[in-house]
Amino acid sequence: MELKTKVDAPKNRQELFITRKFEIPVNLLYKAHTESEFLTQWMGTNVRKLEAKNHGSYQFETSDAEGNIVFKANGTFHECIPNERLIRTFIMENTGFDVQLEFFDFEALSSETSQLTMQIVFKSIEQRDRLLKMPFAQGLNIAHGRLESIFK
Amino acid sequence: MKTRRDVFQAIADPTRRAIIGLVAVSAMTPGAIAENFDSTRQTISRHIQILTECDLLIQEQQGREILYHFNPQKMKEVSDFIEPFRKFWDDRFNTLEAVMKKHQSKK
Repeated sequence: MELKTKVDAPKNRQELFITRKFEIPVNLLYKAHTESEFLTQWMGTNVRKLEAKNHGSYQFETSDAEGNIVFKANGTFHECIPNERLIRTFIMENTGFDVQLEFFDFEALSSETSQLTMQIVFKSIEQRDRLLKMPFAQGLNIAHGRLESIFK
Repeated sequence: MKTRRDVFQAIADPTRRAIIGLVAVSAMTPGAIAENFDSTRQTISRHIQILTECDLLIQEQQGREILYHFNPQKMKEVSDFIEPFRKFWDDRFNTLEAVMKKHQSKK
């Protein structure tokens, strides 16, 4: 069976590509990335701020059961073209990772299906590979420990 | 002396990926592999050498011939490297799809 989500991390390049086909129309796929109500649900993080417009910014924050903040990320939108394209920066705070540049290409495959292609550009090949080697196998289950301790 | 080769570098090349595809079906001699390509035998032989150095292909001496086998275990190591990351995103995207489908049906 063909995998729905594909990750391509070309050797000796400081970027990676994530591709996924969805059984939802492209406008819903775009909405899922630009409206806090939906982002909160699928990313599992609180959305503190989200201005999905050119030069707007966003802030994500996740707390554990005791209220400790275990994950904080933020960035700026450089370009938002509804149902077509998002370009944003992304940085996870207090992790030692530099800011990433992310390109999201949204494409309608039919009236009911769509595809997302993400291109993530890192500061260096080393940083990309470090991210890939993070403990994703545990689902990055940040509720089970402070994310910072994972990175250190 | 063998150079230690990077397996990711090895599979980055389309010809080498094609060779893996051929040998995965059945073990082949270098000559039989080369017949499938327009490149010179020397070029193909170089690709085979690289694949062998990083253990994606395994040599077997059969009489005067050398047969090349595919080593699936090594390939698995390669896919395992990004698999946890891929699975993480796959799970997230499955949730996204479910959330949006639910939203769609409410309208």
